[in-house]
Amino acid sequence: MKKKNAVPNRADKGRFRYSQDQIIDKAFNWEQIRRLLHYMKPYSKKLLPLAVIAMLAATSVRLAAPVLIGYTIDEAIQPGDWNLLMGITIFIASMYALAWIANTFRIKWINQMGQYIIYDLRKDLFNHLQKLSHRFFDQRSAGSILVRVTNDINSLQELFTNGVINLLMDIVMLVGIISILFVLSPELTIAIMIVLPIMFYISTNLRRKIRRSWQTVRLKQSTLNSHLNESIQGIRVTQAYTQEKENMGYFTDLNTDNYEAWEQATRKSAMFRPLVELSNAAGTAILIWYGIYLINAESITIGEFVAFATFLGMFWEPISRLGQIYNQLLMAMASSERIFEYMDEKPSVPEKPNAKELKAIKGDIRLESVAFSYDDKRTALHEMDLHMKPGQTFALVGHTGSGKTTIVNLISRFYDPTKGRVLIDGNDLRNVTLDSLRSQVSMVLQDTFIFSGTIMENIRFGRPDASDEEVKKAAYHVGADGFIRALKNGYETEVEERGNVLSVGERQLISFARALLADPRILILDEATASIDTETEQIIQSALKKLLEGRTAIMIAHRLSTIREADEIVVLDHGRMMEQGSHHELMKQGGEYYRLVRAQFNVLDTG
Amino acid sequence: MNTFKSLKEFYWPDKRLFIWSIIFLIIMTILTMAYPIVLQFAIDEVVLSANWGLLPYLAGGFVVITALKAAATYNHQYYGDLFGIRAVYRLRSRLYKKLQYLPFRFYDNAKTGDLMSRLTADVEGFRFFLSFGCAQLLNLVLLVTFSFAVMMYYSVPLALVSLAAMPFLAVAVYRFDKRVHPAFKNIRLSFASLTTKVQENVSGMSTVKSLSREDFEMGRFDGKNADYKDKSLYTSTIWAKFFPVMELIGNVCVVVLLGFGGYLVIQGQLQLGQLAASFSLIWYIIGPLMNLGFIINTFSQSKASGERIVEVLDEKEDITSTTFSEPVDRLNGEIVFHHVTHTYPGETQKALKDITFHASPGETIGLIGATGAGKTTITQLISRFYKPDEGEVLIDGRAINQYRLEDLRAHVGFVLQESFIFSSTIRDNIAYGRPDASLKEVIDAAKRAQAHEFIMELQDGYETVLGERGMGLSGGQKQRISIARAILINPAILVLDDATSAVDMETEHRIQAAFQEVMKGRTTFVIAHRISSLKHADQILVLENGRIAERGRHEELLKKEGIYKNIYDIQFQDRETVMQEKV
Repeated sequence: MKKKNAVPNRADKGRFRYSQDQIIDKAFNWEQIRRLLHYMKPYSKKLLPLAVIAMLAATSVRLAAPVLIGYTIDEAIQPGDWNLLMGITIFIASMYALAWIANTFRIKWINQMGQYIIYDLRKDLFNHLQKLSHRFFDQRSAGSILVRVTNDINSLQELFTNGVINLLMDIVMLVGIISILFVLSPELTIAIMIVLPIMFYISTNLRRKIRRSWQTVRLKQSTLNSHLNESIQGIRVTQAYTQEKENMGYFTDLNTDNYEAWEQATRKSAMFRPLVELSNAAGTAILIWYGIYLINAESITIGEFVAFATFLGMFWEPISRLGQIYNQLLMAMASSERIFEYMDEKPSVPEKPNAKELKAIKGDIRLESVAFSYDDKRTALHEMDLHMKPGQTFALVGHTGSGKTTIVNLISRFYDPTKGRVLIDGNDLRNVTLDSLRSQVSMVLQDTFIFSGTIMENIRFGRPDASDEEVKKAAYHVGADGFIRALKNGYETEVEERGNVLSVGERQLISFARALLADPRILILDEATASIDTETEQIIQSALKKLLEGRTAIMIAHRLSTIREADEIVVLDHGRMMEQGSHHELMKQGGEYYRLVRAQFNVLDTG
Repeated sequence: MNTFKSLKEFYWPDKRLFIWSIIFLIIMTILTMAYPIVLQFAIDEVVLSANWGLLPYLAGGFVVITALKAAATYNHQYYGDLFGIRAVYRLRSRLYKKLQYLPFRFYDNAKTGDLMSRLTADVEGFRFFLSFGCAQLLNLVLLVTFSFAVMMYYSVPLALVSLAAMPFLAVAVYRFDKRVHPAFKNIRLSFASLTTKVQENVSGMSTVKSLSREDFEMGRFDGKNADYKDKSLYTSTIWAKFFPVMELIGNVCVVVLLGFGGYLVIQGQLQLGQLAASFSLIWYIIGPLMNLGFIINTFSQSKASGERIVEVLDEKEDITSTTFSEPVDRLNGEIVFHHVTHTYPGETQKALKDITFHASPGETIGLIGATGAGKTTITQLISRFYKPDEGEVLIDGRAINQYRLEDLRAHVGFVLQESFIFSSTIRDNIAYGRPDASLKEVIDAAKRAQAHEFIMELQDGYETVLGERGMGLSGGQKQRISIARAILINPAILVLDDATSAVDMETEHRIQAAFQEVMKGRTTFVIAHRISSLKHADQILVLENGRIAERGRHEELLKKEGIYKNIYDIQFQDRETVMQEKV
């Protein structure tokens, strides 16, 4: 891995910091190539050989044409053989017709193969992601995951479509040209071949240097774009604090960095074409001088000379493309490494091979001396015993980091305990299939995620096979029906994550409807802390009652009113259970819970 | 062409670069003709005339000409590129400045994605045209003209006959372009929709997992993935159909050239070298013509890009400082709303109706009411983020549009509902409104916002770099940082818009205590849903549908038995029952 940075960075010391990807060139990794080639396997019986045959046919025509033209000059035109001229002309024309058909199929087949492979690869990656655990997603930003599924896979597209076939085609072309030239005139061929190494050098090394400098430009540009994006989203804060001028100063630095990197890249890449032409010209000069000398010596004919000239013009194309493919491969190494890195991630809660189906449960939950730590260092839960009876509501109370979230994560088996067992209806969660467990345990999260689509689709997310009627019924039961009908298109109103069609409270009700539709035996609820106006809060409270009916419910509760209604309250602190009991019992004890309740009223009494 | 005219100020200062680039382009194209002419000369004048002495001059001359051409090529490209990127530099600076000063009104209706694509893709499209588009078009015309002229010079019938297929090529290019561009557009759209799907899936992963909807998501993704594949395949069939045809037409020309040219040579009407040279010349004509569609497309796309850029540049910055306003060092914080009515642009309903109130310096004003009642609008009008339809807002007896905008806003501290954290260090985030503040001042503000403790627990303390949107911080922590940000600018007027909504009970208690101290000597607006947060305010305005429905102190409002009392009852019924259970 090399990092090159010739361009000064003014903006690095500025008021904003953006993490930068490093410029990477990966070395060849045969293991990765093997894994990539594995994706070609399903197509190696039909599409690939067909495309190769089409390619060989088209390439042969291209190689034959200059030879035939040379032959025509020598044997037909110069001697004035009119019939031969006609014959060859028609022959060449029919060859071109063949090339036309061959090319049509080559392009078609090779694109089919490439697109199928990309489709397979993307599907594998996405499906694998779905199986990964919370921990994986907690550690990465959404953007970085997105890039792998979209851009990294796309960057392999060119390799799998044209890359593979071009590699073959160019090798055939180069070998073909050189062999033909050798047959025509060995001495002239050797003389001209002097330019080959120069061409290869330009095509690989110079091109790589140019590509690196463009990568620098791209990195600068992505920083610039990150900043633009952030400055648009944070514009209200900027204007409220009158930081427009200061930000412009920062942006000028970014813009200047970008400009300078660009200027350097331009300087380098402008050299490419002239150098290619110069090396070509060297070849042509040799051809003219030495070739004509050979004509004079009668060792080659004029027609052969013309064929040489044509072939010389054809040299550059395959060499250039080989250089391109080489660069493509280097980039593909970086992309495929990133893709396979994710594919190699294992879910942290693997399913046992002999895991059994969890039958319809009653909802009895038991934690037996369960301990848990997220990263070996910090213990999130010390040995804890807890029993939740079917149909009861439990409220988990405590500060951030007290272990509330850990408990619910263990019950939904997003993690396995470090020590002890979690049992539902007497079944150790490690012995049951994930699917049968999670279809009976649902979570309602603090921040409701709205997918882009209609409201109907968003509620139906809880149970994709629910009918429209069932969706509406669920919405009605949680009291969401009213506001949904008031919207312009009712249940068919389009919503999106960042859109402001729905208020915080309304989003909450949507997620209640989702959960009601899923109808789980065990419901886990993370109560929202965001402030909602009093009216909406009342609706939510009554929806909540409806939702909890007849289920075992575990709530991470923040509001006293919710907590008080629970059958059992569990007070947690630093991963230990402090107290357990009903509101009345705990108030009488006058312990931690009593203190918490009083603290809340102190807030109310402030001043 | 109007678009290019209105963007002239960005590229025309570098007109010299452009002119040089064009001059070198012309030189380059003329020298391109050297190769076929040298070839022809070599065969006709050297070989066939047995004039061997000319050989060294010919080869040497060719090298010199190519070297000249290489130099011209380099300069043409370099100057052309530079012309484009300099224009982009200016354009970007201007756009950024524009964005900084556009009013809230603009941002209410703008989508970040759309703006971003104007700032990136459209700017790039415009640059591409400046750097390449123009030159390519000219290059094409010149190359075709010169090559055709040389061929005509060699033999008029040969030139005409061998290029007879050109109209067919033109038709093929035209039809190909017509079909391939919509197809590419569909690929882009399909890819955008695939990206959105993945983005949503990853951002909503907790929701997916909590309802165990992974299989469902796989199915939905598969639809997008397959669609992208199909769209790509459709495009490749267009390629497969047209590209070999275009190549075939070119090859037919070559065959005709060979047959008819050979005939002319046999007849003695054409020299052999001229025929050989024509094999190169004909590709100088066919090649560029195959590209014509692409070039024309670049042109029309960059024109559309230019238009979208001009749209942003033409947006009005309608909230500006008046020219006569004098600088102000310190405000007292007396605020008067005089019959203020406001409607958000694009909406029919009035957000505020006839609002009148008076806040003395140092007073605390509580604002309460349902979502959308107008609480936030009132505070935004104080900072002139919007212009009211009617009525007047005065600070210290002077209409707010008589202040310089930066003075006004420098004295109003905002803690917004959704705290925005920049990708930067914690220190720079707190010092956002006063970049010159010392570390001591920053720490002091953090302490008063109850943020110091958790900041010190982070690995790099105040120098900890926060990710985009403050990734890694909890909602409450972000909120405390934005409170510290407001405290640091020491404003005369403080706006707390639901400032403690995302913090837990104990932290809220402590922040409230801190507020008591911070609010001293400042006029403070407190927006809250919990009565407890504003019961001690000097004035409470109860808003309903944009009007002030009730106003007064806490005790007065309770006596009114209105909306306020109703909210109070709901929030405090708990308290009664809980208190009875106390030991």
